[in-house]
Amino acid sequence: MQHLLTRSLKYAVLIAFTVYYIVPFYVMFLTGLKPLENISSFEMWQLPSSLDWGGFREAWSHMDSNFWNSVRITIPGAIVSTFLGSINGYIFAKWGFRGSNAILFLFVFGMFLPGQGILIPLVWVLQFFGLYGKIAGLITAYCIFGIPITSLLFYRYYASVPDELVDASKIDGCDFFGIYRRILLPLSGPTFAVVGVWQFTRIWNEYLMALVVLGNPARAPVTVAIKNFSSMGVIPWNLQMAAALIASVPTIAVYLLLGKLFMRGLLEGSLSG
Amino acid sequence: MKAASHRTTLATARKVVGAILVVALARWVSPWLRNDRKVAILALAPSIFAVALFIYIFIGWTLYISVSDWNRPVLDLTFAGLKNWRRLFTDPRFHIDLRNLVFFAAGYMTQCIVIGFVLAALLNEKIKGEAFFRTVFLMPFAVSAVVSGTAWRWLQLPSSGINLLIAKLGFENIRPLWYMHPQYGMLAITVMGAWQFSGFVMALYLAGLRAIPDELREAAIIDGAGALALYRYVYIPMLKPVTFTAIVLTGAGSIGNFDIPSIIGTGPGFATDSLGFYMFEQTFRSSRYGLGAAVGSLMLFLSIPVVLPYLISVLREERE
Repeated sequence: MQHLLTRSLKYAVLIAFTVYYIVPFYVMFLTGLKPLENISSFEMWQLPSSLDWGGFREAWSHMDSNFWNSVRITIPGAIVSTFLGSINGYIFAKWGFRGSNAILFLFVFGMFLPGQGILIPLVWVLQFFGLYGKIAGLITAYCIFGIPITSLLFYRYYASVPDELVDASKIDGCDFFGIYRRILLPLSGPTFAVVGVWQFTRIWNEYLMALVVLGNPARAPVTVAIKNFSSMGVIPWNLQMAAALIASVPTIAVYLLLGKLFMRGLLEGSLSG
Repeated sequence: MKAASHRTTLATARKVVGAILVVALARWVSPWLRNDRKVAILALAPSIFAVALFIYIFIGWTLYISVSDWNRPVLDLTFAGLKNWRRLFTDPRFHIDLRNLVFFAAGYMTQCIVIGFVLAALLNEKIKGEAFFRTVFLMPFAVSAVVSGTAWRWLQLPSSGINLLIAKLGFENIRPLWYMHPQYGMLAITVMGAWQFSGFVMALYLAGLRAIPDELREAAIIDGAGALALYRYVYIPMLKPVTFTAIVLTGAGSIGNFDIPSIIGTGPGFATDSLGFYMFEQTFRSSRYGLGAAVGSLMLFLSIPVVLPYLISVLREERE
């Protein structure tokens, strides 16, 4: 009897937290579905009288170009930074030299520092190279600031590949790139997926650097567009909610489809091992 | 005609010079290329250079700007001593932001760690539908903080959302102002932040719990330990490294807090302002680069004691 009681209590707590995590999504969806004349802060929880996708369609018409900007930024950014991480991780794990551990440490240390500490010089350097205010500039920044985390994730994986494999292929006459291509690359599929998913999510959701480098509404990615939506004050709630939900679709889809990889990426990335 | 031939000559000359340069470079690099160890260093060099410039040199640069007189759109790097720092420390908004940092860190870290731990402990009890719960608890982590801020701004609207539910439950007199509270608005922001990150902390704890060997649990139970004693004397001590990780991640997140305050705005009396947002506004809205750099530097200084001991301990573990 007491066992049954504690067991139901456990489920009750878990279900309560399920509600807590889902409610903001539910409210975004619900509000987005309502036509403007039904939006009133006193009727937030009321179901819409009819299904009306007009709010979503209108929100999309305001942000579709920003959505595609995000795609144009995120896909190259995720691919390039993942490859960079793979090469770097390979070197740190299999070609360690004097001081390479210290370099990896400095890489990882930089990862935890607040972006505000480097923003002013970043704008300056991007301006110098004519990349400020351009999508290419933001991609460059994401690739560089992605180096620490991607290198660390690949380093941790490659370090677990036995050195004997590498030594054997050296005897067989493989050089630096040969070992990478023939031995490590074929083993790295899952790690590429983990790191790629991680970088995709991080870059898609990034906000501070996007706001500083691509503040221009026409070129801005979707996170900056949402901010513009919600701070203008004249944009109705139903459009704000619809836009926020649309902006989340790609990362939620990736999370639901590749949830296992996502989970692995964040556990390994958090350094708790 | 003559001009055209002149142009071809010039182009040829350029090609020849280019070819010579390429050959010279190849000669200089090729002995390196025969040594795999040097190839490795060469391949890593661009990344080292990029990180050195974009993180460490930029940090030094920010520190330098913080003692310069650059407080208008036109670049001006005249040395100004501690002028910006003095101005920063006498700005009332900065004092409020420091208070807000304390509020945010306290609320955010507590919620993330307590919720994360409780949920992980529950999920570790052979729960039916564990995968479903896990997926839901982590879902907010997949969306941008900007989305979280937008949704919660609507939910916490004092005339709406949560307050309507409270009224429906019969507590019509309780109407918290949430993020509009002139003093404790920041605590409302911690709810939005913890909604996103507590699932992540749950995942950390769950992985930690799963790594504890079953024998330990069984031995404790044989020794007569009840459920509470099991947590008190076995699980919580063994999960110390996870707690350390969670403290550092949420602590560093508190110092860098920017996204949600930027969506909500500074609130009445700067109640929902943060150091990060203050830096952003001073620098990129008011062109006070020197002052902004001082705030940025201060945020770096605050982060170092949070992050450094943690990284050193991780490094030591990895060596063993």
